[in-house]
Amino acid sequence: MIRRKLEENFFRVLMVLATLIVGGSFFLIVGTIVYKGVPFMNWDMVTKIPGGGFYIGKEGGVLNAIIGSLYIAGGATVLGLLISIPVAIYINMYLGGRNVVANSLRIAFDVLFGIPSIVYGAFGFLIMVYFGIRASLLGGIVAVTLLVIPILVRTLDEVIRTVPKELRDASLALGATRWEMSKVIIRQIRPGVFTAILLSFGRAVGDVASVLFTAGFSDNIPTSLHQPAATLPLAIFFQLGSPVEEVQGRAYASALILTIVVLIITILSSVLAKQFSKNNIR
Amino acid sequence: MQIRLLKDKIYSKLMLVLTVLSVSVVLVIGIGLYLKSGPVLDHSSWWTLLSSSQWKPLKGLFGFFPFVMGTLWVTAIAIIIALPLCLLTSFYITEYAPNRIRKILVPFVNLLSGIPPVIFGVWGVLFIIPLIQDHIAPHFVEFSTGYSVLAGGIVLAVMIFPLIVSIVCEVLNTIPRELKDASLALGATKWETIRKVSLRKAKTGIVAATVLAISRAFGETIAVLMVCGNNAVTPHSVFDPGYPLPALIANNYGEMLSIPMYDSALMFAALLLFIIIVLFNVVSRLIMARLERKLAL
Repeated sequence: MIRRKLEENFFRVLMVLATLIVGGSFFLIVGTIVYKGVPFMNWDMVTKIPGGGFYIGKEGGVLNAIIGSLYIAGGATVLGLLISIPVAIYINMYLGGRNVVANSLRIAFDVLFGIPSIVYGAFGFLIMVYFGIRASLLGGIVAVTLLVIPILVRTLDEVIRTVPKELRDASLALGATRWEMSKVIIRQIRPGVFTAILLSFGRAVGDVASVLFTAGFSDNIPTSLHQPAATLPLAIFFQLGSPVEEVQGRAYASALILTIVVLIITILSSVLAKQFSKNNIR
Repeated sequence: MQIRLLKDKIYSKLMLVLTVLSVSVVLVIGIGLYLKSGPVLDHSSWWTLLSSSQWKPLKGLFGFFPFVMGTLWVTAIAIIIALPLCLLTSFYITEYAPNRIRKILVPFVNLLSGIPPVIFGVWGVLFIIPLIQDHIAPHFVEFSTGYSVLAGGIVLAVMIFPLIVSIVCEVLNTIPRELKDASLALGATKWETIRKVSLRKAKTGIVAATVLAISRAFGETIAVLMVCGNNAVTPHSVFDPGYPLPALIANNYGEMLSIPMYDSALMFAALLLFIIIVLFNVVSRLIMARLERKLAL
């Protein structure tokens, strides 16, 4: 009897410890980044592009990478939405949502979601070589779009599935075509679309491997789709590899910027999801 | 009237085309990578490529054994660390934690999943590497720089925490309340109920989560690349540097066009990753889809 009680308590303690490690790892990571990044943070980092000799510790900032990241993540999210909203609607409205074909499509998108970004990067590179595009903003956007489509489709799909079936039945009963019914549904899922946008944007901003071959790297802010663009994660990666202490410090500061951006996006998406869902029929 | 119906038809066809196109990306990637790795596959067989450890691109020798082993070591370490921790955490969250704590805990696990890989890499360099170099390695080996498969495994383990925890929690939540109540009513302690009832019921779900986590760990590039040491030698202990496949691809793209067959060999590495990950994903997604359908009934 005592032994059973002991066993219970022993595992209880183990569970609390494990939870502390898993939950605490977030604070450990963010804490490390803040602790190392803050001393190197200054206005130059976010308002200036790299000057000559930036990579040996001279003045400048990573504005080029911040803007480049926003361009690529923004472009990819917009392009991704244009493709994935119709796909999500098609799966749910035209295929009926709950049958073998729809479920196989879901599994296919889940598989696409699982494909590592380095493979998307390599594949994007193949496409670019095939069409003769050089590493550029355009290439980066295409590769990252491939990466975010499965996220968008699956998130939107989940959102559409929460819309009450009665709503579809009602509009169909009034004689609407399935396309007209879809318009009613789209109005209902607007908050969910916001969440999906933020999720995909967050993923796109943080990804390195897919833009490694496709977007190139540049010290300037790109002014056309055919110019190479820097991204923040790649800038962090390059700066960290430098032997100069000052430049390494800038990598920490850049990591801090990226962390803040991504955390704001993540928190915003959950707050927005809650805010908007108030007006929904449930 | 006619126009409305026509509109519906056109839109439905357009959507069908988009759906088919975006799904077929899986196939197109597979075929593209296979075609591109053709030259190196003509030169030597799958088996020689995978089992040889001679990596000398300049001489046309492409042995992937060290990279496969590097990937396996890092993934295995990550799973060994992450799985028990995540299982215990999931049990705590679903069975023990009061609502108040659960409400604080779950968002933080989600926040962790939003952190980009490169940040995990920076954290690995700043925190894990010195930890291993100064505090862990000296107890076991004479010298280690800290850049090792162990470091890669630890960083990866933290990266896959949210994935495993969220799936396992979901699986645990679907176990019927009555089943647990019955066990508790017979006088079993909570832990005994978990071990003998929940664990048995959740087995398939946990396997699916693990397979998914393995595939995620397999393909992770930049975080592992930053902490693994990237030495093309088969690792023999956890303190040896390793060179996983994704890191190989990422590190060498710049020079690959100038050496014959090099790009083909790297595309073969990507193909290998692609095949393994698609297989793993299909298997675990099928398991989970079946679980979901069973519960819907």
